[in-house]
Amino acid sequence: MRFSDEFETRFAEMLTHYPTRRSALVPTLLYAQDEVGRLSDEVIAELAQRLDLTELEVRNVISYYSMLTTKPRGKYTVQVCTNIACMLRGGEELLDHCKKKLGVGHKGTTADGLFSLEEVECIGACSWAPAVQVNYDFHENLTNAKLDEILDEYRKKGTQ
Amino acid sequence: MASLVSHPDEVRVISKRFGQGATEIDRYLQLDGYQAVQKALGMGADAIIAEVKNSGLRGRGGAGFSTGMKWSFVPKQSAKPKYVLCNGDESEPGTCKDRLIFEHDPHSVIEGVMIAAIAVGSHTGYIYIRGEYRYLSVIMQKAIKDAYAKGFLGKNIFGSGYDLDIYWHGGAGAYEVGEESALMESLEGKRGIPRIRPPFPAVVGLWGGPTVINNAETLAAVPHIILGGADWYAKLGTPKNGGTRLFCLSGNLNKPGVYELPMGYNLKKMIYEVGGGISSGRSLKAVVPGGSSTPVLLPEEIDVAMDFDSVAKAGSMLGSGGVVVLDDTACIVKFALRTMKFYRHESCGWCIPCREGTDWLEKTLTRFHAGAGVKKDIDNIYYLSENMLGKTFCPLGDAAAMPTMAFVKKFRKEFEDHLDGKPCPFEKQGAAEPVLA
Repeated sequence: MRFSDEFETRFAEMLTHYPTRRSALVPTLLYAQDEVGRLSDEVIAELAQRLDLTELEVRNVISYYSMLTTKPRGKYTVQVCTNIACMLRGGEELLDHCKKKLGVGHKGTTADGLFSLEEVECIGACSWAPAVQVNYDFHENLTNAKLDEILDEYRKKGTQ
Repeated sequence: MASLVSHPDEVRVISKRFGQGATEIDRYLQLDGYQAVQKALGMGADAIIAEVKNSGLRGRGGAGFSTGMKWSFVPKQSAKPKYVLCNGDESEPGTCKDRLIFEHDPHSVIEGVMIAAIAVGSHTGYIYIRGEYRYLSVIMQKAIKDAYAKGFLGKNIFGSGYDLDIYWHGGAGAYEVGEESALMESLEGKRGIPRIRPPFPAVVGLWGGPTVINNAETLAAVPHIILGGADWYAKLGTPKNGGTRLFCLSGNLNKPGVYELPMGYNLKKMIYEVGGGISSGRSLKAVVPGGSSTPVLLPEEIDVAMDFDSVAKAGSMLGSGGVVVLDDTACIVKFALRTMKFYRHESCGWCIPCREGTDWLEKTLTRFHAGAGVKKDIDNIYYLSENMLGKTFCPLGDAAAMPTMAFVKKFRKEFEDHLDGKPCPFEKQGAAEPVLA
């Protein structure tokens, strides 16, 4: 299967960084997922073959890391932190607000395939709580109203 | 991009280049960048280790072990390659400091790794950044590339004859991987399951070679120590607790933020002056002084110097520098439950006391907070926690147990207030609208 040139360049370079091929696995899985949308059977077979691993070994690693997924997700994954620092400043209310606004629960995806929602553990934004990550972008010091604006922006971007 | 704050009491060492554009290598060079590593090359391994030992620098990841001492455990001769591994898998709830270092001063981490490598005779370093911090991984990849382009990394660095390579590495979501042995497993492309010790990583680490593992903030401090000298650095802090550290103030404060303060800065002052006091004019209920795994302190216990030894004496830990402040509207049972939910989620499942303990504790606390608890649950929560202590490969079990025991010990009355089917006294009044599960 084909990944982007950027992926291939990075992958080839990473293999030179370690004494074992397997060491490139975790970051490579994440970059592959970013391109394909999920870690499909095809991606798993491809990476296993490239890194001299069995598919089972790759699946074992995937199931350990919370960012890795074999299931399809929306174009934008809204990750709401409700851990202690965010909880004290309204993280749970923000999650409830997202559930209502998007009409889906934890790990649900909207019917149009635009948004997935996820309650996540600490994302390292404690001093700027409550915080949400949409894919890799941080949004901090949020209120329900601010989050509405942000989600509307993504909706606009995603449906263009 | 996380916003920066400031306070007159700050002593800026690690944060002195924040907001100065130091991600660009030329700007970093204008700001004394890559001077320390050249000085270190002239000093030689033993002198570097002695300097770092004398500076009183202790691990900023949370354990507070002497950095110079850690480096001295690496054998001089080794048949296998030696490695330096920078731990940037910051994930302890309450902690958001390494993020700022990577965002504003990535070269200081690279330079710290370089000096550590020279000190232990390693020719390869890795900088591991958690997967959620993708934008920081991009910044770091560029910084490393720029350092190679200048000839600061690779063969014969600074004409010294010393070869040194540094690479970035990325995670994919796992708190457990912040533990040093799980971090190595993850870098080797595996599940982040901890390794039994001994052997310690300094002897048998990455791919079996001796490995030094330090937190990103620890390594970022090293160039400043080499340039400024051990005495200067040590005197910034308190005895045996050299320097400054980045304190992440969060929770119910008027001015949360990451502030660099001298080691030993008074916690009460940190909350009421630096952090601007409790928000909305409420009163202080409790403080988690060093990330979610550290035992809670009561308002009458916060007149304490924030260094490793003083906080330990006060019955808690300085930990990772995450100061989480709770006002009087916070429910301790709920807070304990949210903390335990996190540890249950993050337990890798390798050690049974942690895997089963966190699961049962989350279940019990959930039931308890919902008003379906019975009196003996309170002692049972304590007992279950106590039985995780010291019984696991890595400290995740301890990290879940220690705060929970403190919550029960210091807030037993509040646990009792949840008994007999009573609704949580802190839940907001009025029927909540139903939301999707």
